Amino acid sequence: MDAVLLSRLQFAVAVFFHFIFVPLTLGLSLILAWMETRYVRTGDAFWKKQVQFWGKLFIINFTLGVVTGITLEFQFGTNWSRYSQYVGDIFGSLLAIEATVAFFLESTFLAVWHFGWNRVGKKMHLLSIWLVAIAGNISALWIILANGFMQHPVGYAVNAQAGRAELTSFLDVISNGYAWGMYAHTVLAAWALGGFFVLGVSAWHLLRKSHTEFFRRSFRMVAPYTLILTLLVALAGDLQGKNVAQYQPAKLAALESHWNTTKNAPFYVLALPDEEGEGNFIEALAIPDLLSWISYGDANAEVKGLKDFPKEDRPPVLPTFLSFRVMVALGGLFVLLALWAALSSRKNEPSPVLLKALVWNIPLPYIALMLGWAVAEIGRQPWIVYGLMRTSDAVSPVPAPTIAMSLGAFIAVYSLLGVLDIYLLRKYAIQGPEAREG
Amino acid sequence: MLETIWFILWALLWAMFFILDGFDLGVGCLLPVLARDESERRLMYNAAGPFWDGNEVWLIAAGGVTFAAFPKAYAVMFSALYAPLLLLLFALIFRAVSFEFRSKVAHVAWRSLWDGIHFCVNLAACILLGVAFANLFKGIAVDAQGVFHGTLLSLLNTYGLAGGAFFLCMFILHGAIWLAIKTRGNLQTRAVATAFFVWPIMLLLLVAFLALTAMHTNLFANYLAMPALFALPCLALAGLILVRILLREGRLWAAWGSSALFILCVTFFGVAGMFPGMIISSLDAAATVTVFNGASSPLTLKIMLAVALIMVPIVLAYQCWTYRLFSSPVTHEDLKDDHAY
Repeated sequence: MDAVLLSRLQFAVAVFFHFIFVPLTLGLSLILAWMETRYVRTGDAFWKKQVQFWGKLFIINFTLGVVTGITLEFQFGTNWSRYSQYVGDIFGSLLAIEATVAFFLESTFLAVWHFGWNRVGKKMHLLSIWLVAIAGNISALWIILANGFMQHPVGYAVNAQAGRAELTSFLDVISNGYAWGMYAHTVLAAWALGGFFVLGVSAWHLLRKSHTEFFRRSFRMVAPYTLILTLLVALAGDLQGKNVAQYQPAKLAALESHWNTTKNAPFYVLALPDEEGEGNFIEALAIPDLLSWISYGDANAEVKGLKDFPKEDRPPVLPTFLSFRVMVALGGLFVLLALWAALSSRKNEPSPVLLKALVWNIPLPYIALMLGWAVAEIGRQPWIVYGLMRTSDAVSPVPAPTIAMSLGAFIAVYSLLGVLDIYLLRKYAIQGPEAREG
Repeated sequence: MLETIWFILWALLWAMFFILDGFDLGVGCLLPVLARDESERRLMYNAAGPFWDGNEVWLIAAGGVTFAAFPKAYAVMFSALYAPLLLLLFALIFRAVSFEFRSKVAHVAWRSLWDGIHFCVNLAACILLGVAFANLFKGIAVDAQGVFHGTLLSLLNTYGLAGGAFFLCMFILHGAIWLAIKTRGNLQTRAVATAFFVWPIMLLLLVAFLALTAMHTNLFANYLAMPALFALPCLALAGLILVRILLREGRLWAAWGSSALFILCVTFFGVAGMFPGMIISSLDAAATVTVFNGASSPLTLKIMLAVALIMVPIVLAYQCWTYRLFSSPVTHEDLKDDHAY
């Protein structure tokens, strides 16, 4: 394997592993802030118990999110140094702002919140968790603005003499509509994941009739919230699809496995791409005009097919297509599941089938989020910065065996951490609210 | 001018990282030496408890600022130092995880496993930082394309290893003083004794490091051209001497502050010698990444300067507030808290 492929694999391992922890941090911090607000408003110690139970799971998750995030920031230098030199003028500043504006705030106030129960007043303690929640979500914004630049570069000009892209308008970079569309879709999905996590763990206890009152109330609190979020995720996804159609037509064609440029493009419920043959093995159950309509909001719109892109400018079709299809299918499942949960949330004993489904559902939102990123990143290929720089030109001049070794180390270390994380989360989730450390 | 301001800020952010994360790394290195039983080990973990996470963010900020203000330096620095940097990052991963996971299972083997890991990775992080920065002071084998023509072993040269020993000792001293501030009783007595024990070694290493710097690096060229810069190593020495005087007087916070001054001046000592170089090439002077050929565009530098001038004081303000909030010594009573490590 060459350095480019190894570096891509390493980044994929590092970023996907990091993203196991990020969405729960974003989603659960908000729910914690909401629960603690209830506690401070009502003075009811029940909500304090809720905060402390979910907070313990939050902390375990948060730690791994932090440490796996650090390696990412440095990997642009270690593995993508040509990229870093070429667009660092724009991209680097967004990462630096993330650290100074958001990450400091999040880490510092997490400590105040975690260790400060007896040291600061109730309101200060509440403010701390709100700061953690807000800072985490602001942090995500800067990261996605940086990624948004890779997807749809704006606000720059190429300085041929310096051999790099340089910032011309910071405002353009931070008001990049493509990035904001990604942000809305991603953050709403992370909040929904937080909701499903709370529903899933609550369902596990309700099934076993342990701490029933405790988990019935967390279930009741979160179910309608999760439903609203699943709908908003779908809406944001639809809007982002239109951004993709406008700015990354090759990605759009790949994620729909759409080969021939046509007006009134249909949507095939069943399809299987054939990259070699530049077509689809299977195309069945066509819904007329739907692809044109979801892409441009106009049934007559022309959708450019993959064949009209030079082969070297096409993303890998099969993984992009499959990731997208499965993500959308999961999104649909989430709406139905959340609807069922919301309708059952007033009942004293929700159906065991629903509860079991919610427990088994815990990993699915994670998978959906990963697939969403797979669509965004694989679909952007062969570009590292869309239309500006190719991934193959971006890699560091580090020998392939060195990267192979570090990739092996990443896989080993992260697998170990993953096992530990699941072990501890399971242990504390199952112990329930009476758990004590040590 | 803008580039020079950023160079100073860049050095300042790294110095902040060394000063703040340095003490909790140092405490981690002292864990098996100073703690005699489980509750003392827990006291040591909790002495760094509410701080290490926020401290580590200074590394992210320093890395981010390197990327934003000097993208070429960032690219060459981290691709050339590929292996040591990744080792450092893995060490920091296990440092964080050992803090959080150790207390989560009450089993002797589980806890001693994490204690062992905690000690090893803190030790490794201190040494790696020293090796990396000493090599940056000295210059590394990069060509004009930013390709590194060395190995991890070639970084472990005399000067690099001296840097490793120097940083390790510096952080242990800093950590011992911190531990003296944050504990009482036997542990505090042992922490103070450790600081006194380490101090002459530190002094010796400082003298040796300065001598090796003259032999192995070009840093003193800038000092000879601009003798006022000699104030930096003199201030470093003064800070170190003050540490001992203040320790004698039992003024622990002031001693810690002097130790911080020492670390700050050591960082600036090296960096001032490098200027305008950031990644000095030992192969070809023309391949050196300087403050001027490695900086971002003026627009980016201006925007980032505004961000830094607004945000860094705010960050310092709220971090100071949390240091005050958690300044009281950790007691056995605190260990009973459900949230303690």
